[in-house]
Amino acid sequence: MTDPFDGPVVLPDDPSLGPEVQVDFPGYRSTRWRAPSRPLATLPEELHALRGPVFGESTVDPLDTDLTRQHDGEPIGERITVSGRILDDGGRPIRSALVEIWQANACGRYRHEVDQHPAPLDPNFSGAGRCLTDDDGRYHFTTIKPGSYPWGNHPNAWRPAHIHFSLFGRAFEQRLVTQMYFPGDPLFPYDPIFNAIRDPQSRELLIARFDLATTRPEWSLAFEWDVVMRSTPFEDAHA
Amino acid sequence: MKATPSQTVGPFYSIGLCRRSDDVLDPDGVELHGRLLDGRGDPIEDALVEVWDPPVRSWGRSSTDGEGRFGFRIRAGAEVLEAFVFARGLLRHQRTRIHLGHPGAAEDPTLVAAQTDEGFLFDIRMQGDQATLFFAH
Repeated sequence: MTDPFDGPVVLPDDPSLGPEVQVDFPGYRSTRWRAPSRPLATLPEELHALRGPVFGESTVDPLDTDLTRQHDGEPIGERITVSGRILDDGGRPIRSALVEIWQANACGRYRHEVDQHPAPLDPNFSGAGRCLTDDDGRYHFTTIKPGSYPWGNHPNAWRPAHIHFSLFGRAFEQRLVTQMYFPGDPLFPYDPIFNAIRDPQSRELLIARFDLATTRPEWSLAFEWDVVMRSTPFEDAHA
Repeated sequence: MKATPSQTVGPFYSIGLCRRSDDVLDPDGVELHGRLLDGRGDPIEDALVEVWDPPVRSWGRSSTDGEGRFGFRIRAGAEVLEAFVFARGLLRHQRTRIHLGHPGAAEDPTLVAAQTDEGFLFDIRMQGDQATLFFAH
């Protein structure tokens, strides 16, 4: 049997890969030596009910929600707002959830020593934000639209523009790290990370919606993106 | 409602997740450290480990270094920590448990931290004969 990692990169819509997220999705090369090889164990039932960490107001600073105001000057790029709600799968808001984001600048370059993409850094952009959701489960950031960037996964590999999100829910099990994408990105069909989610409907859940109604005239484009966390037996018992 | 799927934390997570040091769960506690190793036995140098000590509701995160090393200061007397591993190459984070008792503290030996002079040692191996047990979640 040939090692799929030695062959050409498997791009989407190969039904043999199955419907779920593949932890060892062959199109994403880094999974080769990192995805767990041992079958996963079943978690003791009582642990599904475990509460997770709770973060207070002291965790966040008001400046953390506006990535365009963290330096003396303004960053270059398309100014946008990204907002939405963090919900459980019953549609109930998750309040005081810690939302942490990070992203590349408008040129597709991260402020990180490992990022060697020959695109300029922006002295006025760090690319990090965080906030707590309000009573309605809502978060809100002002930032600039990140650029696409190349990566070494396969020849001519480019990531669709995205913002990384890290979220803590009420329960420990509701921890989620994911990426938010922008509507209509031409790179979607070619990205192994996006397409590692085999269910096309689930993939759509990662794409923000452009919202003209909350777009600020003469100022910033608005994108809306809700996140749905799985509920747990704990929550069902205490809802 | 359908749950939002996971995506990898990627190699640049420290921009957003490591803006300050979060590796002390208990300043008066003991050391817990270890290495995160890939299927070739090489260190995973761009990963994030998070631990949670449920009885005292104490949480921490540690980035791995060039040797794949992570470390925490944890409560002396803690019995078991819940842990998550995030890394480039992991489309979803992995969940494991770190038992801090005697060698038979867990049914699976890969879930038991070894005692050292300073505290505990817990290596995490993603693959191979001694691969750490991860839990479906």
